[in-house]
Amino acid sequence: MNGIYLDHAATTPVHPEVARVYTELLTSTYGNASSIHGPGRSARKLLDDSRATASGLIGARPEEIIFTGGGTESDNLAIFGTAEARSDEGRHIITTAIEHHAVLNACKRLENRGYEVTWLPADREGRVSPEDVRKALRDDTILVTVMAANNEVGTIQPIREIGGILKEHRATFHTDAVQAFGEIPVNVGELGVDLLSASAHKINGPKGIGFLYQKNGTKLVPPTSGGEQERKRRAGTENVPGIAAFAKAAEIAHASLGQRRERHESFKEIMTGTLEKSGIDFSVNAGQARTLPHVLNLSFPGTDIESLLVNLDLAGIHVSSGSACTAGSVDPSHVLAAMYGEGARELRNSVRFSFGYGLSEADIRAAAEKTAAVVRRLAGQ
Amino acid sequence: MAIHKKPEDTRIVVGMSGGVDSSVTALLLKEQGYDVIGIFMKNWDDTDDNGVCTATEDYEDVIRVANQIGIPYYAVNFEKQYWDKVFTYFLDEYKAGRTPNPDVMCNKEIKFRAFLDHAMSLGADYLATGHYARVEHREDESVMLRGVDENKDQTYFLNQLSQDQLSKVMFPLGHLDKSEVRRIALEAGLATATKKDSTGICFIGERNFKEFLSGYLPAQPGAMETMDGKRMGMHDGLMYYTIGQRHGLGIGGAGDPWFVIGKDLKRNVLLVGQNFHNDALYSDSLKAVQIGFTSDRAKPETFRCTAKFRYRQPDTGVEVKLHGDGTATVRFDEPVRAITPGQAVVFYDGDVCLGGGTIDEVYKNGSRLDYVG
Repeated sequence: MNGIYLDHAATTPVHPEVARVYTELLTSTYGNASSIHGPGRSARKLLDDSRATASGLIGARPEEIIFTGGGTESDNLAIFGTAEARSDEGRHIITTAIEHHAVLNACKRLENRGYEVTWLPADREGRVSPEDVRKALRDDTILVTVMAANNEVGTIQPIREIGGILKEHRATFHTDAVQAFGEIPVNVGELGVDLLSASAHKINGPKGIGFLYQKNGTKLVPPTSGGEQERKRRAGTENVPGIAAFAKAAEIAHASLGQRRERHESFKEIMTGTLEKSGIDFSVNAGQARTLPHVLNLSFPGTDIESLLVNLDLAGIHVSSGSACTAGSVDPSHVLAAMYGEGARELRNSVRFSFGYGLSEADIRAAAEKTAAVVRRLAGQ
Repeated sequence: MAIHKKPEDTRIVVGMSGGVDSSVTALLLKEQGYDVIGIFMKNWDDTDDNGVCTATEDYEDVIRVANQIGIPYYAVNFEKQYWDKVFTYFLDEYKAGRTPNPDVMCNKEIKFRAFLDHAMSLGADYLATGHYARVEHREDESVMLRGVDENKDQTYFLNQLSQDQLSKVMFPLGHLDKSEVRRIALEAGLATATKKDSTGICFIGERNFKEFLSGYLPAQPGAMETMDGKRMGMHDGLMYYTIGQRHGLGIGGAGDPWFVIGKDLKRNVLLVGQNFHNDALYSDSLKAVQIGFTSDRAKPETFRCTAKFRYRQPDTGVEVKLHGDGTATVRFDEPVRAITPGQAVVFYDGDVCLGGGTIDEVYKNGSRLDYVG
């Protein structure tokens, strides 16, 4: 079936240019970047170039970039690494109820280990309040971790404001920018963060690659032990072809940032406009907030998520609810629960549409029309 | 009623459990050219202390099999509906001193209601399951027949299906023996071909029944007595025993083995007696409630048929008298042992499963045996 893929916030196809670089390097630049011979040096050069590219895109210095095995690993390195490095100074952590599971579950694990975690709420638009961060801060707070933009509803968080507040506090400030990096400008200096996670596969790079920005002087004890790669912060032979492909994907993404934002904003308008014209009942979750251009989370009253998602898939519209699954069935979104409350209907009838590479306006229109037809049938409208 | 469509235009949702039966169900329908969709139903969260959940394991098997067959697969969560409609009933019945049949309730309320509705919402023409029963979609109505594998026939558990439910259902395994189903699975190399059959009540699984139940209902130990009041020891809680049961009484000594005859709820006493054929275990009629028929055609007020009072029991000739309020009196041609309130009484006309109800009261010679519940 030739479907329309509207789940780019889950993962993306690799950009053809990136795929070309990647596959070429798999056979040409196979050396171990730690080796002292020629092939090792070639790999090392590529690694250094990639690091320079990645750091340049976020306003960091090359040595501040730690390449990892992906966004989840970056988040874990940031959270467990900070907790271990600073446990003598305090055991209090501040995070939010709307984080990705990579952060959520890492913090829960620390909670089980005796750390105290403050879970900040979000408002109905999915926004975390900087004032709440300020109020939650304590002398023994060692880490504040707040996502740059939410992966389910797209709300962009006030990271710069929180960073400003934290200038006056010694807590390490981490942001999970996995969903934001490559979609909106991310500058570590402007944001005032100490740690920042990013991932390749969300921006048309390969899966299994990410980085953690670690501001010079930020304490971190990596949870893994092994070789001395990445300045002892991430043991294991560097995936140089993957890293170079990530750098390429990031470059392409940043070169087209403005153009893609415009396109995705227009996709949003086409999507909501077509749905409005069809006369079905729907609302935009986080519709009043500043959101990522490529994420559109819609609620369809009268439908049920499990039936809706399957129907859309069978109709060739590949979307998701944005949240995790247990034994394949959809768990209610913790993000929507934080926004609307546990029992809210939006938890049972919301779908995330997310845009990206290879989509045309015609695709979006077709997807909206098919969605309207499915919703009309399910909701009996 | 019969739907006349080409197989490729007929969408069938198969309820896939991760077991061999539903795997073969999906395979057979796919081979017949239908538009098949596999759906796994999650009704119970049984995540253990190690984070292991059999539902997750079973869903992994569904994924493997669906990919082997080449059909799309999904899952749906009915934990809340299952809790409200099946588990709550299950506990309530035990609290009332009866022996519930959660499988009958699950088929009636979950598999062939909530799940059937879900299947229909996906544009399905039929819902198919791996039950050992047959359904014939005739021009005028749909008829449920016993599965040809007498040992596996599951119509007992399906007796509460209405004509409306039945008209949207397919049981492709009904004409097969279990051994043939295994053979088909093995020949097709299905990942579940040699998977062990699940036993017992689905949400309890392989766990200890007593332990499970005691987690939800407080056990009240009490005395065990014979029918004439002779004390024989202690029981662990009336809910752990069912009428006619032999094992687990712990009464030793010489002579005939001991059996559960009944329960005195007021005094919290378990009534026991010797001999499998103890006279007190026999009755000649019952009153059933929640009577339902698989056909919408009007039934005569009184009719003769055969009946089963528990799963895998040979049929008994009976006369059924309907009272018009969903209850019925069922008289047996000969006395029957260990009729148990809470279990289903299911009616048959030859191979046709007519329907059934829930056993509520048990009688002998016109008087109610209140000691069986």
